[in-house]
Formats: sequence, structure tokens, C-alpha cells
Amino acid sequence: MSTTTLNTLPANPVEQFLRSERMPHIWCPGCGIGTTVNCFTRALIETGVELSNLAVVSGIGCTGRVAGYVNLDSFHTTHGRAIPFATGLKLANPKLNVVVYSGDGDLFAIGGNHLIHAARRNVDLKVICVNNLIYAMTGGQTAPTTPGDVITSTSPYGTYDPAFNLPYLVEAAGAVYVARWTVFHVRQLAKSMGEMFKKKGFGFIEVLSPCPTLYQRRNKMGDGLDALKYYKQASKIKHGAPTSEVGLTKSGEIIVGKFVDRERPEFMDMMNAHLSQRLGDEYIQPTLDGGCGSECGNCEEVL
Amino acid sequence: MQADPIGVLTGAHFLDGDHACCEGAIAAGARFAAGYPITPSTEVVERFAMRAPTVGGTFIQMEDELAASIAIQGAVWGGAKAFTVTSGPGFSLMMEHIGYAAMTETPCVFVDVQRGGPSTGLPTLPAQGDMMQVRWGSHGDYDTIALCPNSPQECFDLTVTAFNLSERYRVPVFVMLDEVVGHMTEKVVIPQPDKIEVEPRRFTRKDPKSFRLFEPLEDQVPEMAKAGDGYNVHVTGLTHDERGYPNMTPPVQDKLVKRLRSKIRDNAGKIWMYESRDIDEAEVVVVSYGITSRVAQRAIDLAKAEGIKVGKFRLITAWPFPDKPLREIAAKVKAFVVPELNLGQMVREVERVAGGQARTIHVPHAGGSVHRPEDILAAIREAAR
Repeated sequence: MSTTTLNTLPANPVEQFLRSERMPHIWCPGCGIGTTVNCFTRALIETGVELSNLAVVSGIGCTGRVAGYVNLDSFHTTHGRAIPFATGLKLANPKLNVVVYSGDGDLFAIGGNHLIHAARRNVDLKVICVNNLIYAMTGGQTAPTTPGDVITSTSPYGTYDPAFNLPYLVEAAGAVYVARWTVFHVRQLAKSMGEMFKKKGFGFIEVLSPCPTLYQRRNKMGDGLDALKYYKQASKIKHGAPTSEVGLTKSGEIIVGKFVDRERPEFMDMMNAHLSQRLGDEYIQPTLDGGCGSECGNCEEVL
Repeated sequence: MQADPIGVLTGAHFLDGDHACCEGAIAAGARFAAGYPITPSTEVVERFAMRAPTVGGTFIQMEDELAASIAIQGAVWGGAKAFTVTSGPGFSLMMEHIGYAAMTETPCVFVDVQRGGPSTGLPTLPAQGDMMQVRWGSHGDYDTIALCPNSPQECFDLTVTAFNLSERYRVPVFVMLDEVVGHMTEKVVIPQPDKIEVEPRRFTRKDPKSFRLFEPLEDQVPEMAKAGDGYNVHVTGLTHDERGYPNMTPPVQDKLVKRLRSKIRDNAGKIWMYESRDIDEAEVVVVSYGITSRVAQRAIDLAKAEGIKVGKFRLITAWPFPDKPLREIAAKVKAFVVPELNLGQMVREVERVAGGQARTIHVPHAGGSVHRPEDILAAIREAAR
């Protein structure tokens, strides 16, 4: 961790969270993923989350690379499987705060089943989904989020199948916190992330983010700046909006805000309460460090 | 170090192979399992679901085998010893995460209770059809360790060994049952905890500033750190350097992938386990594993009664394949007889090792039952001719 003194130039507050030796990153000019990482780090500063207990888990794709750039315990897993990896990590070591940071294709196509089940269980995971409406890493193919008649490399005549409405799906599956912002809304996004980190249970934030290289160029929608202008003009903040009404279209209104903030029992709390009730003194609750709860002394020997 | 007494059911039990596997895992220190139901393997995690809350462990039933096989790896990086259990179709689904475990050097155990295939095949009936899949199933080059118990007692013993080898070499290790071994019930003796040797995870003592997560020690195996210990580990399935950072250049790929193989190959002599009997006088040696070795024993006894000089070589370690000891035998015998519950898998390895020095006679069986001893006997007779 870098520290600042009066005698040195003030460090960029974000820098301490990054693996600077891995820069430059792979993201294109105009891409919004880096902006979301900036918001993420600001949320960490504001909430004062214990960094040594924070782990970031990503899947595969452009957003999947976030895990490689943050100077935290970070796991770049397989395509679509960030959530089940994170589930194992959290359950084995409950003291960890586990953030899943991945893209729309990774989380909702190949990983869709895992996402809805983690939300159903209400595992204490914080999911940040950067939605660029397309598979970008592989060259701009149609995603389950591609909205309306859009040209992609696998839909050369335009897409015609409907897109998922992510907040609606995640709310229905059981998430306790659901919000959507765009990379234009940097302050709101950082605040929302911080709010989600403080809330126990399965939280989900969708962040709309441009892909100028593969989405906008093919559809003659300008560059990254044009996307931000669109986000600014078309976004309407509607906290508490019914998620059934927040589906995205190619160029229409974007409803942003916090849609869901509710209470449901969290998975490990339920497990501990239920097993304690059923087993009484026989129940040995898993400990916070991945150990077994026994006092045999072997763990000291290991460490 | 010795087993944690809290998990060890010391004493003589009447257990099936699946349940014995579960007890082996708990004795070895497994405190996390993720599973998805599939016959004939489910009893392993059913027992773990019952036992885990009383030993400080966690069981979670995941939504599919892909989830189960990666959840255990998350648990390992969280600090737990972890395993999953499956059979044929589920094993096929787990292939990607076997590759991830190999690439990220994540110590974990997979139990595969083999059933007839391909596809849904014979859900309740035995086969040994995953023996090549366990070796070659995920893409790319890597070496694995696979063990083949032939009794519930060995299911216990070898599951402990599997965990120990996984920690020792930081690899996924496979316990390859078949439906018959998984479901047969026999006496299983679980030793005193202080008689069960358990390999601790190789957690580093180095300073976080100087520690490199994939820097091999002299034995080619790196030390580990877990999440939450201040090491800021980075783990990726991409080709990576010793810091764990992606580096997709041919020299880094060459160095990494060659080490993933050589850390097993160069230590194979310490990993091989086999049972050999009457080899010195033998003209014919029956090479078998798992349930087939028990049928083969009957055929060997019958052949001996006929005066045939026949020996037995039972693979306990299937992978890395014990090529050196078998090559030495090949130089001295007329032929190998290889019965297995598939249409020709491990026999290819025996042929490779025999290298023309000895004949290799395969006794195939498509699965669904065990061999008839007479079929193996007929092959022994032919081999001795």
C-alpha cells in the first residue's frame, strides 16, 4: 500500500488498488470498464472495506480482466463460472468480502444458471456486471443483452431475438440489492457500490458501458464520447422503478437507479441457524479461516 | 502431520465404497464438498452432507457439475481442503475445471464412480470407461494423478492418499471407482487418527513482498497462499508467469506447461502404487485395476490350477502410468493379459510399455457387468501357448 506524506506528491488515490506494473491495460480507447474500476476503488475508499479481506472474482471477457489489474486477492476463473468459484471461496472463508466482477455475456449467457441460483440462495456475493451489450473480447458477437436490431459479427443482418432485462431477472431470482447505472453516472455508481458492499446478501449492479470498437462502430453509433452523451441524454433516474419496466432498447430511454433494496436471510446465516437448531451442540460451525473448528493444534503446525 | 481426530471414525465398519470414500476425505481433512446428484456416485456426498456439520465442514449442492467442480476450487483458495464427486456424464462436464485446477495448481480431489457410457449409458451399472478421459479429457498438456481402489477399504485409504498427493504436488487427483466398487459393502477399518498421515497444505512463510505464487521450489512445486492472508494473490487460467500474471508468450508457455508435466513425471517413482504377485516365475502377467482385478484374481487362480505360470500386476496408480516397472516385466514374460471394462483404454499403455517385447492380449468388455472369469482364463491360456 502506498502512503502519502507532505513531502511527496499526492499519489493518485486509485493507484494503491491497481497492479501498476501490469499497465497499460488491454481495454480500448472509449471503453467504460476502466471507469467502473475507478468507481469501484472510490467505493472501497469511502466504505473503508478491509482490503486484506476483499477478493475479486472474474470470469472471461473484457470485464473478466478486472481481476488481473486490481491489487487484491483476485481470481480470473473460467468462462461463466466466477459465481460458483466465488460461492466456494465465500463459504470456505466467510470472513472474506467477495466481489464478482464480470461482463454480461459471462454472467448471463454461459453463467446464467449460476447467477440465478446464487441469487436464489442469497449467498453474500456482490456482483458488478459491466454490460456492453455484446461479446467484445471475441470480436463483437451477439449477447443475450444485445437490444433490438443491432448489427454484430454473428448477426450481420441485425439481431431479432429479445434481450434479457437484467434487473428484472436478478430481482426475480432473489437478489436483495439491484441497481443500474451507466459509466456517465460515476458518482452515483461509486455510491451505489458502497451501499451494496455494506448490505449482506446477494447484491447486483448493472453498469452500462460502451464498446466503441465493436458495437458502436458497426452500428454507426459514434465513439465513446457519443455513448456518454447518449447515456446523459437518455438516462432517467427512477429509484424503486418496477424492474419489469426497465428493459433496455437500442437507442431509447435508459432507466437507472436503485430498484431493489430488501431483506432476505443470507445463505450462511440460514445454514448456521438451521443446523444449530437441528443438531444442537453437535453442530460445529465452519470457522472464519478455512479451518475446521477443531482445537487439535494441527492448524498451528500448518501455519 | 496426523489426521484431525474430530473427523475420524476409528474402528471397524461395514461400509460401501462410496461411503468409505467420504470417510477417507473427512479423515484427510476435507471440510468442503460441492456436488450434483448423479448415480452411482451420489452416496459419497449424501454422507458428507450428513457428516459435514458435525466436523466443521460445509456441503453445498450446486446447480450442475460445472459449478461443483469450480466451487471446490474457490473453497481451496479460501483455505479449505475440498472435493467433488461424480460419474460419467458429470465427469464429462467437469473437464474444463480439471484443466483449470491443473493450470492454477489448485490441490483438490475428484471422485469418479464410473458407469457405462457413452452419454447417459448405463447409470446404475459398472464400467471403466473414463480411464483415458481422466488423463486426456481437458484440453492442452498437463499430467494428473489417478488412483483405482478395488475395495471399500481401499476407497478409504486411497482417498486419504489422493488428498495427500494433491497437496504434495498441487494437482487435481482422481479416485477412480466403478459402480461395483462404489456399491459393494465390506469391512472397512478406519485407523486411529494418529496413524493416518495427512499432508498439510504448503502455505508459504515468505514475506508477501517477495513471495511469488507460481515460483517452483526444488521439487518443481510452488508454495501456496490463500485469500485473506495479505498476499494479494492473482490466479488465472491464462498462461502466466511466476507472479501469476498473464503472459502469453511462447517461452512462458513452454516453461509453465513443461513444469506442469514434469512435476508429476519426475516424481512418478514416488507416486506409483501397484500390487505385483508371482512375477518372477511368470510367463504371463495379468494387468488389471479396480473391480476387474478381483475377477482377474479368480481367473489367475484357475490358471494356476492348470499349471500355467501366471503373475498379477494390479494398477493402483493408473496415472502416471507405472511404465518402468511394467517395462522390466515385459522383458521377462511372454505376454500380458489386460481385462478391463471398456473396449480398450489402459491396454494401450500396456502395449506402449511392452514395446514389442511381450505380446499384449486384451479382454474387452463394454460394461454393464463384470467379466466372466472364464473369459480372462481363456486369454491367459492363449497367452501361455
